Amino acid sequence: MNTWKHSPVWLNLLYLPTVLLFGLFIVYPLSKGVQISFTNWDGFSQQFRSVGWDNYKRMFSDRNTIKVIQNTFIYGLGSALLQNLLGFVFALLLNRKFRTVGLVRTIVYLPAIISPLIIGYLWYFILEYRSGALNDIVRLFSDEPMNFLANPDFNVWLITFVNTYQFAGVAMIIFLAGLQVIPKDYYEAADIDGASPLQQLRHVTWPLLAPSLTISLVLNLIGGFKLFDVIISLTDGGPGYASASLSSYMYKLYFGRQDAGYASAIGVLMFAIIAIVSVVALYFLRRREERL
Amino acid sequence: MRDRAKWLRLSPVALGIVYLIPFYILITTSLKKESDLSSKWALPGYLDLDNFVQAWSNARLDSAFVNTLVVTGCALALLVLLGSLSAYPLARYPSRWNKLMYVCFVSALIVPPLAILVPLYKFYVDLGGINTYWGIVLLQTTFYLPMAIFLYTGFIKSIPKDLDEAAMIDGAGKIGLFLRILLPLLKPVTASVMILCGVQIWNDYQFSVFFLQKADMQTFTVALSVFIGQFNSNIGWVAAGSFIAAVPLAALYLFLQRYFINGLASGAVKG
Repeated sequence: MNTWKHSPVWLNLLYLPTVLLFGLFIVYPLSKGVQISFTNWDGFSQQFRSVGWDNYKRMFSDRNTIKVIQNTFIYGLGSALLQNLLGFVFALLLNRKFRTVGLVRTIVYLPAIISPLIIGYLWYFILEYRSGALNDIVRLFSDEPMNFLANPDFNVWLITFVNTYQFAGVAMIIFLAGLQVIPKDYYEAADIDGASPLQQLRHVTWPLLAPSLTISLVLNLIGGFKLFDVIISLTDGGPGYASASLSSYMYKLYFGRQDAGYASAIGVLMFAIIAIVSVVALYFLRRREERL
Repeated sequence: MRDRAKWLRLSPVALGIVYLIPFYILITTSLKKESDLSSKWALPGYLDLDNFVQAWSNARLDSAFVNTLVVTGCALALLVLLGSLSAYPLARYPSRWNKLMYVCFVSALIVPPLAILVPLYKFYVDLGGINTYWGIVLLQTTFYLPMAIFLYTGFIKSIPKDLDEAAMIDGAGKIGLFLRILLPLLKPVTASVMILCGVQIWNDYQFSVFFLQKADMQTFTVALSVFIGQFNSNIGWVAAGSFIAAVPLAALYLFLQRYFINGLASGAVKG
């Protein structure tokens, strides 16, 4: 059956269009972006000069940038952990065949279908200062309404929460799919051995869900580190840059402050962070799968 | 024991209710007149659809609907075509070279589009691709191809090779084999690709907001954000606009929910 190993070269032409698209719209801009990051280009004029590593050095002295990097890690790690924790609990809760359970699954997955920008606006109606629904409740207990979204101490966490609300359903569906392929015999055997439901969860369900956890965590990490739309609709990254992510920050730098060179450097940093985090996460999660 | 059973029955219901709260607030907000200052938790005692009429005409949601449909439709057609064609040699002839290509294609999944916004935007200005259908369609296709190739390759690998061999013995060429034997079998994974990528392309904001700025080229999300920027003091209009923009996909999902959920589930299990 050796013939199967040797691919006729002409057949590989089938993925030539893909190679062209990737080269044109990913590889070329990526390399161009690295070049621009070493200049002081303003985004439109013909004149610019090389500034060496200045844009990269600037990141570590610029307090906004440091804050934005912290935020991005909260968005990435925070929503990945919360989404998987909630998704796992929801999946256990809804792994049954009642009609209401089916309906609830449909409802929990619904926000994931809708644009993050719109989900952001839905929560804006709740969290908003002037007539937000949450402040109607706050007013029952105190005279002063709270300006949740403008509070730089915790609006990053509110955005993380909204992102989690939206995409916990995705983790739930992935875990439910994983739960459904676990053979029933395993639980029967565990029952016979006298394992409590909690022990079964710990020693049967959890290890067998390892592949589901890998794919769900990596997807959520990438999604969280790229977070953009929901920030725009809830706080626009503000006040100042208090809730900005690397994505929304570089968009402001480029279109708002014509600081294209620095924006490019931020883009390179963002790419590096996401690449490193996802490769490291994938490596450890795959190794964990093999051990289990 | 009785208590536990009751708790297990009621907690899903509670979860469902909590998840619906934002949608409930959206509906009450979109139905209230600007002069109505009652709490958002209360339903209005009257029926007034003026907010919807205003949002529809001021946000130009009609042309946004057409644009979103064209962009999503064209990008999906290209994704299905290029995704399945690329996956065929990668799945069936896993030579060392093809394995490397597969890893390169799929790892493009982690490239954040916004990280290369500056050079990409400049490149598009030079190409004349800003505010064009082909410009945004090629971008969306490129950035969702990794997902499509991943799903198609996984699926083709799961089809037994005996089938190919039988067809070869019957004299089918490699292309004929793909077109007549494999392609018809790809329907389920094609549905997954169209749903998973289609939802994201339809909802896209991060590309469209930069590359489709002209008023008559805007997609739903861009038109909505521009509208909200202009009228953010009138929260009833904003809510009605958000409601209208959310309806097409939400309705499609409620009718075809089995396909939406199976699409994600099978993609995740195969991975």
